[in-house]
Amino acid sequence: FTSNEEKRNLSLGGHVGFDSLPEQLVSKSVTQGFCFNILCVGETGIGKSTLMNTLFNTMFENEEASHYQNGVYLRPRTYDLQESNVRLKLTIVDTVGFGDQINKEDSYKPIVDYIDTQFENYLQEELKIKRSLFNYHDTRIHICLYFIAPTGHSLKSLDLVTMKKLDSKVNIIPIIAKADTISKSELHKFKIKIMSELVSNGVQIYQFPTDDETVSEINASMNAHLPFAVVGSVEEVKVGNKAVRARQYPWGVVQVENESHCDFVKLREMLIRVNMEDLREQTHARHYELYRRCKLEEMGFKDTDPDSEPFSLQETYEAKRKEFLGDLQRKEEEMRQMFVNKVKETEAELKDKERELHEKFEQLKRMHQEEKKKVEDKRGYLEEEMNAFNKRKAAAETLSLSQPVKKDKDKKK
Amino acid sequence: MTSNIRYKSRIPVKTEDSIEEKQYVGFATLPNQVHRKSVKKGFDFTLMVAGESGMGKSTLVNSLFLTDLYKDRKLLNAEERINQTVEIIKHTVDIEEKGVKLKLTIVDTPGFGDAVNNNECWKPITDYIDQQFEQYFRDESGLNRKNIQDNRVHCCLYFIPPFGHGLRPVDVEFMKALHEKVNIIPLIAKADCLTPNEIKKLKDRIREEIDKFGIKVYQFPECDSDEDEEFKQLDKELKECTPFAVIGSNTVVEARGQRVRGRLYPWGIVEVENQSHCDFVKLRNMLIRSHMHDLKDVTCDVHYENYRAQCIQEMTSKLAQDNRMESPIPILPLSTPDVDTEKLIKMKDEELKRMQEMLNKMQQQMHDKEQ
Repeated sequence: FTSNEEKRNLSLGGHVGFDSLPEQLVSKSVTQGFCFNILCVGETGIGKSTLMNTLFNTMFENEEASHYQNGVYLRPRTYDLQESNVRLKLTIVDTVGFGDQINKEDSYKPIVDYIDTQFENYLQEELKIKRSLFNYHDTRIHICLYFIAPTGHSLKSLDLVTMKKLDSKVNIIPIIAKADTISKSELHKFKIKIMSELVSNGVQIYQFPTDDETVSEINASMNAHLPFAVVGSVEEVKVGNKAVRARQYPWGVVQVENESHCDFVKLREMLIRVNMEDLREQTHARHYELYRRCKLEEMGFKDTDPDSEPFSLQETYEAKRKEFLGDLQRKEEEMRQMFVNKVKETEAELKDKERELHEKFEQLKRMHQEEKKKVEDKRGYLEEEMNAFNKRKAAAETLSLSQPVKKDKDKKK
Repeated sequence: MTSNIRYKSRIPVKTEDSIEEKQYVGFATLPNQVHRKSVKKGFDFTLMVAGESGMGKSTLVNSLFLTDLYKDRKLLNAEERINQTVEIIKHTVDIEEKGVKLKLTIVDTPGFGDAVNNNECWKPITDYIDQQFEQYFRDESGLNRKNIQDNRVHCCLYFIPPFGHGLRPVDVEFMKALHEKVNIIPLIAKADCLTPNEIKKLKDRIREEIDKFGIKVYQFPECDSDEDEEFKQLDKELKECTPFAVIGSNTVVEARGQRVRGRLYPWGIVEVENQSHCDFVKLRNMLIRSHMHDLKDVTCDVHYENYRAQCIQEMTSKLAQDNRMESPIPILPLSTPDVDTEKLIKMKDEELKRMQEMLNKMQQQMHDKEQ
């Protein structure tokens, strides 16, 4: 079935009404509610929680993390937010313990594993026979905010290594945290250095899209401001006659929403107000598809077989299944064999032990007999001595009895 | 605070009472003589700075000594730092102030804590300190001791990042590896990213953790009981302020009508020498103006002596093992235990040997019986 007709443009004779399609789509998605997942990567204490609180203008519960975790672990927390009639299911994933270990070679692994797991879960749902994708709580990470420490020099080695591992799996927006410790001139140099290091190492960060004319201008200008230098605060300070979110220092007040103080407003604009939907789309259409393709290829699926004919999914499934069952059987046999061997070994050991104990018992018995004999001998000897002594005693007594007078006579003298 | 060497000099008072005059001997001028000789000889001081890169170490050193020690240095990229090893770089300068000469050596430790795997990254640093001790030990034990160069590290400023909640594992490990070899003064770096409340919280937390992990940082000596109240109060404030939260600057800005070292922000100007902005002045006064010599003394009297004693013990035990009598360095032999205890020890030794032999015999018998 091929269609050779060229597509023709027709002009309408009147108002049909399908221009309401976007509204229908919008109304449907509003009813469904939206879902957004943010991953915050940065060292302990760099301001991840504070920034989230500032961005969403709420106090998400958070205890201060300790610096002494043995490794990095990810902590996702989901919140239900609502603004006018739009409901947002927001998940914030924190990297606890990142950057604290002395040896950070494996620090990126838990993060990559987490992202892959979310993709895997989605893939599993997609591959199910009976699936309910419209109901599925999408936990795939839509954006990774990478917090760079404000050293003023360049990226840290850990930053480079981590971002390289993440850039093909998630949209990355690098931000400079605690930017109120960098002066304007230092900041300019710092941003240039960071971007050049990212480019020269081939790290792909998220670019705000410029294909849509309504937002291309603002997005393009924002791309030039990356990485955003942000300051977060949930405390309010009185400036003029308003109370604004700010940080109060002895030398001045840093206002979070003042664009000449930091790029917070730019970040909020780009992340939430303009490009949130694009981030979700990119995650699904690019990062997830890449994951899915790699995973399926690993499992042995191809789109075309060696003859360049489209493969039937069914045949591949059958082949895979047979292979899997064969593997299973083999494993079972192995385990059974191992079990039998173990049992034999243990039996032999027990027999040996039994023999040992028996021997010991015999030996002890012998020793006991010897001791007993010795004691008996001694007893016999003692009895003999006693008898001899008694005899002598008796003899002595009779002797003394026959000579009493002499003694008395002696005494009287 | 413009305190000079604090000593009391008693100038002879000419009173009507001639008895006072007769009793004046004149050794009260000794401090003056010491002062004069030391100015002639000049001083030397070796300061080590350690901490991750980007903590403002170079800027602080420049601010402390009001010079630029780090012209044209090259900073490494993130990529180059992934597997970086720690280097030791010395900068020596001769500076002079009011006739007093100081040979200042700054020991830099670029690369510390910068690699991805920082296992034992403090080892080059401890090795360096030990080497200086060894060098001094050899020189001190030599025959010609006229011109000994003292390269021992007198003080180590350790820069703790202000971005965290307290000490990190690498901070603890570093300080524990060094606290018995050098005077450690921990500092909170880049303190202009912390509000006064946050500074207080962080200082309390760090002091707590230093206690908890048993880290022996440099302790200010107690001031004499006959110092005046003002000095004692200042001393107390100084001690409660540790670890110092510092800010450094290479640039001079205009603030409140004056030109001062500072950092210019859109929201205000941070002045390095303003005590309500940071503890830079306290650090400078303590490090340079009042405790520099005490740091040297503690290095000589405590850290070096510990090293020396340990070294000698190792040497003598090695000698005893090898059964050699002469030692390569002039040291007093260790006192030998008296004759009685020696006899006792000998007896016990032989008894032990006998019992060991009996045990062996019995074991052998049992083994034979089992066979």
